[in-house]
Amino acid sequence: MTSPDATPILKSSHLLGIEGLSPFQITALLDLAETYVVQGRATDKKTALLKGRTLINLFFESSTRTQSSFELAGKRLGADVMNMSVKTSSVAKGETLIDTASTLNAMRPDILVVRHQDAGAAELLSRKLDCSVINAGDGAHEHPTQALLDALTIRRRLGGFEGLVVAICGDVLHSRVARSNLRLLSMMGARVRLVAPRTLLPCDAERFGVEIYTDMKAGLAGADIVMMLRLQLERMSGAFVPSAREYFRFYGLDRAKLAHAKPGALVMHPGPMNRGVEIASDIADDVQVSLIAEQVEMGVAIRMAILDALSRGLS
Amino acid sequence: MNRRIAFRNARLIDPASGLDAKGGLLVENGVIVDVGPRLFNDAEPNDPEVIDCRGLVLAPGLIDCRVFTGEPGGEHRESLESASMAAAAGGVTSMVVMPNTDPVIDEPSLVDFLLRRAAATAKVRVLPCAALTRGLLGETMTEIGLLQEAGAIGFSDGDRSIANARVLRRALSYAATFNVLVIGHAEDPELVLNASATEGEFATRLGLPAAPAIAEAMMVERDIRLVELTGARYHFGQISTRAALEAVAAAKARGLPVTCGVSAHHLMLNELDVGAYLTFRKVRPPLRSEADRAAMVEGVASGMIDAIVSSHEPQGADTKRQPFASAAAGTVGLETLLAAALSLVHEGHASLSHVLGTMTAAPARIFGLPTGTLARGAPADLVLIDTGEPFVVDAEKLHSRARNTAFEGRKFQGRARATYVGGECVFDAR
Repeated sequence: MTSPDATPILKSSHLLGIEGLSPFQITALLDLAETYVVQGRATDKKTALLKGRTLINLFFESSTRTQSSFELAGKRLGADVMNMSVKTSSVAKGETLIDTASTLNAMRPDILVVRHQDAGAAELLSRKLDCSVINAGDGAHEHPTQALLDALTIRRRLGGFEGLVVAICGDVLHSRVARSNLRLLSMMGARVRLVAPRTLLPCDAERFGVEIYTDMKAGLAGADIVMMLRLQLERMSGAFVPSAREYFRFYGLDRAKLAHAKPGALVMHPGPMNRGVEIASDIADDVQVSLIAEQVEMGVAIRMAILDALSRGLS
Repeated sequence: MNRRIAFRNARLIDPASGLDAKGGLLVENGVIVDVGPRLFNDAEPNDPEVIDCRGLVLAPGLIDCRVFTGEPGGEHRESLESASMAAAAGGVTSMVVMPNTDPVIDEPSLVDFLLRRAAATAKVRVLPCAALTRGLLGETMTEIGLLQEAGAIGFSDGDRSIANARVLRRALSYAATFNVLVIGHAEDPELVLNASATEGEFATRLGLPAAPAIAEAMMVERDIRLVELTGARYHFGQISTRAALEAVAAAKARGLPVTCGVSAHHLMLNELDVGAYLTFRKVRPPLRSEADRAAMVEGVASGMIDAIVSSHEPQGADTKRQPFASAAAGTVGLETLLAAALSLVHEGHASLSHVLGTMTAAPARIFGLPTGTLARGAPADLVLIDTGEPFVVDAEKLHSRARNTAFEGRKFQGRARATYVGGECVFDAR
């Protein structure tokens, strides 16, 4: 079975970032993903679109969520999926990224999904490999599939992006999720705010056309969407933030701070969450405001849509 | 019940407003409710408490921006109570205390402890600075937001410089998030390691381990660059060299939020005053050349130096009765701050109002305090000053527990005759 519309959505054979996509392409990907939401909820979740294709998940950083989401997306489209993690690969034995790429290339995969701790790693692999490359997160650069799944989640709830106020809160400095999201949401007409202590804000962030807030209550005022970011444990012991308790007091999302957002504001988190650090448990678990479970479901759908879109360019 | 105190026949000096005139002042329930040249001029006020100032200066109580005490952990040297008695005797109504205690004030609960102890024992206001880095180790920042909520009015590693520029950069960035004041100490820690004097002919003659004076300006210049990068409000607790002053002046000219203080002893003494290894004149930073001392006086006169501070640092016989190089640095100063500063007036360097402003209006502005002024509505923190009274410093007569004064035997002119905190008399030598 093929998708109803077989015209190419992506001009490139890779998805390396939100940068380079047009609003039209994003809308088309979201539209395509809607069909996969339906498929994911059906009894028979599987099609044969990618039958015979090989998808390799190459994860240099551990990630349960993204990796399994891609694995499931590939399998539901009928591809053969192989997972490679750094601990079991020869990279751990000192091989360079380029060597790894050549080795993988020789296995003739059709699609490579890569996550790497260094910015630009997906870009580098895309130039060395003959297959399609999907960036599943490179350093603090981009995580395009996360931004697309967030967009799908938002659009399904609120109908669109124009004029929405989205507050992205927390460790923006180290976050590829924030960078991809602010690119996508700004492009689609939303007003993006970044809320963080100055130690967690990247230099010249205001140049992205976003509003910067260091006071969370002010930053949340009137927001439609509150998007929380994960704070890595090693960053809350004094280097960037003095302690987890101080972080929660000033930047953790609790009822008191959420009350400053627009009534009915929705809360998102890319996961995994640090309860009691960046988000209070009662908010994370409140299905009235939290979109966190929905984000995971949309993750599979959007990745199926991306695999579909890329497969149209596969020879 | 209303408690009113009427001060009449005073020379009112309020540097914050420029007021310098004969007149009166009325206090009600600890707050200044009226002040002016004509108040109580003609008739005796009807108030039960009338204080005839007999022409003495009535000024806002002094705010000393840089005080080290021994509480907690070194109460044998100085407690908040004993320091506050020295402060009251010196006309100081607010002490900004540094966090270099044992334990270090780097936890919100310790700020709370300090404020409770002060409320229970101290005669003057105690304004705690919390540590900028945990344990003053210069490695990880403290809980600036929570410490501010607990009552810390500034953040400082006291007499320690933060050597690691990355750590200071992030601490300043984080401090800017909360718009808190950071108080820095400018001495390159590696350059001044083990030094007890300023490098130069005199230290060479004495054979003392010494550090170059530029150790200060280097850190001032680095810190200013980081202030420019981060936007943090920054106060150099004390500077002591012309080069540092020039760096601060350049930063101010660029509009950076930088201020600085100077200690009374760096205004009054130079490196030669160490004489025959007088350990009571071993201070940190060490006493400087006469040219640098003169530059400090000039800096106060021009207004480029914002505040005169005591850098009160109590030491005991155990730490001071040592060979110079092994002795601890520091001098007490709460009680001599006013007298030393008045020397600048008597020597014709600056007006009385200007000099008092460095210890009242300027600290209030730097720390954002409601005190330091005679304005209506301000807390009635007051000092009555006899600017002409001879004052020969005698360590045995000081009110502080520690007696390590660098000014022993020094002849000053002028001292506090009475001190009021929130309308309460905490010192009276009239």
